[in-house]
Amino acid sequence: MINIRDKGAALWEGWNHTQRTVFAVALIGFVALMPFAGNFAFTSVLDTPIASYQDVLVYPIGMFVLMGLGLNIVVGKSGLLDLGYVAFFAIGAYTQAILSTRTHLNAWEILPIGMGFAMLSGALLGLPTLRLRGDYLAIVTLGFGEIVRIVTLNISITGGTNGIARIPNPPAIAGLKFDIMHPVNYFWLVLTMILLVIWMIRRLSVRRPGRAWEAIRQDEDVAMLMGVPTLRYKIWSFSVGAAVGGAAGVIYAAKVIVIAPQMFTFNISVLILSCIVFGGMGNMWGVIFGGVILAYIPERIRFITNARQLVFGIVLVLIMNIRPDGLLPRKKREKVKAKSGVKNV
Amino acid sequence: MNFSVLTSQFWSLCLSGLSLGLIYVLISLGYTMVYGVLRLINFANSEIFMVGTFATVWIETGVTGHTTNSNPLHGFSLVWTMTFALVVAMLASGITALAVEFFAYRRLRAKGTNRLASLISAIGMSIVLSESARILSHSRPQASPRLMEKISLGHLAGANFRLDTVLVVVTALIMFVVLDRFVNKSRLGKAIRAVSMSEENAKLMGINISRVISVTFLIGGLMTGAASFFFMTVYETTKFNVGFNLGLAAFTAAVLGGIGNLRGAFFGGISLGLLETMSAAVLGSQWKSVTVFVVLVLVLLVRPNGIFGEAIQQTRV
Repeated sequence: MINIRDKGAALWEGWNHTQRTVFAVALIGFVALMPFAGNFAFTSVLDTPIASYQDVLVYPIGMFVLMGLGLNIVVGKSGLLDLGYVAFFAIGAYTQAILSTRTHLNAWEILPIGMGFAMLSGALLGLPTLRLRGDYLAIVTLGFGEIVRIVTLNISITGGTNGIARIPNPPAIAGLKFDIMHPVNYFWLVLTMILLVIWMIRRLSVRRPGRAWEAIRQDEDVAMLMGVPTLRYKIWSFSVGAAVGGAAGVIYAAKVIVIAPQMFTFNISVLILSCIVFGGMGNMWGVIFGGVILAYIPERIRFITNARQLVFGIVLVLIMNIRPDGLLPRKKREKVKAKSGVKNV
Repeated sequence: MNFSVLTSQFWSLCLSGLSLGLIYVLISLGYTMVYGVLRLINFANSEIFMVGTFATVWIETGVTGHTTNSNPLHGFSLVWTMTFALVVAMLASGITALAVEFFAYRRLRAKGTNRLASLISAIGMSIVLSESARILSHSRPQASPRLMEKISLGHLAGANFRLDTVLVVVTALIMFVVLDRFVNKSRLGKAIRAVSMSEENAKLMGINISRVISVTFLIGGLMTGAASFFFMTVYETTKFNVGFNLGLAAFTAAVLGGIGNLRGAFFGGISLGLLETMSAAVLGSQWKSVTVFVVLVLVLLVRPNGIFGEAIQQTRV
């Protein structure tokens, strides 16, 4: 089986600092030009038939990649199964919707507040539940996701079923207008956020929290015996993941103008989790790749409207059967160790 | 908030909670048995339930030719039609469960991969099933005809013992007891328990693991199918996404009682049914799932392995 991940890593290792910088800048530049691919000669095959291609690049693709990276901290790095990630997205979105319609704060000022709320709720949810293991955690997080949706559906400040309308767009920055006519600017905004998250994850991975998460994922008991304060790092992992979800929610609400509870269903949690497992759990590039593929496919095949979710389900089953570790799995050396060691039940 | 309902209608709420709870018990068996042998959440079980409800509607309208307007049946033809529908619903769900095992779990298990891969392929199967049902039913709700008159068998302490409720309670109880006996006494049941204790040791004892896993899925599917028939008897309408809420509640029930433990699922299901009915009466039905999850979190805080603990020694990620 081809392993693009190892080949890519080997190539990267062989480069010096200048080559790496050139490659990174070229890659970012290439991605930043993606919004124009929709109506450019032969790349127009990428264009999505019914939805606007530039909007699709922001949501779902950009948002899914962003949230996939956030959830990957929880699921991929620390090995905690979170089935209610949409809750943090919803908390961010409703923070933006409520604060921007009722106060004079704009989206840039609300962004840190939304992230703070999401982090706080992540920590509050984590405190009692992160002592549990595995599937119990899965069901409690799933329940949390549903609770947030039901609460937004039933209290007055969130507008119930109708949701909240007329959410103001973020004010312009350096001449870049953020409104319905300029989806490209939103794409660049989301891209910047994705790059910031990538940078954060890369920094955290090589420092104490990253190593603690890795240890917890591989064997929690051993990590605890080695003196890793497991509960504290699990709560951190939860909160950092939640903050990314909250940030995505704030920007999403500011872009779509109207939000309602039915946008924050369990399906979103499942889709984001699928991006991670599909792309390759724990590997950042795999998650990005998985997010792009899984968000793009349903939009690209929108012309078979009725059956597109069905095709999506079949693709999930097939790919998981063919490549159970995802399209770009995490580093090979970990897998070799797992095979030679005691079977992890 | 309306606490007076609790005192004025206590027994009536208990009865409806009991019948809902027993439906949860039967669905949660699909989760708890599979979890016992595989240590995996059978995510497609909610869609296995949905297939059962559609099969019930199909039998009652398509095959035996009833419409929602036709008169209720009596005597022998009633018993025959009901039994037929029950058996077909169970078979439909059972076969779906086998298909889920075959497509979503078998190959991945043979490869010995990570747990999340199976979870995602099961989610994929569940999307495939619910989307197929949505396309086939044109997203419309399906109503099942009323086969029997829902006559009252009598009032006791303010509770109305309606025929359908009593039927569900009695039949579901019998099914659970039979299953419990089967798992505890029969040769195959012992094999299932052996696999759930230790797959490696069971293999050394000459147990065919693949067969046991298939049988476990089949039994879980049959029980879920029975639940879908009872659900249709009491609530009479279904939709392609009917499985989501019921499956979630049933899974919560399994966790509440201690997942992987049959009797735990029984008490978990019944307490969840009662809790939902009571909280819906007191707080309004929109808050019932919130109450359920708050109780679940509280229970797990005090007893991290569920009320009755797990049948198996330990759970690991």
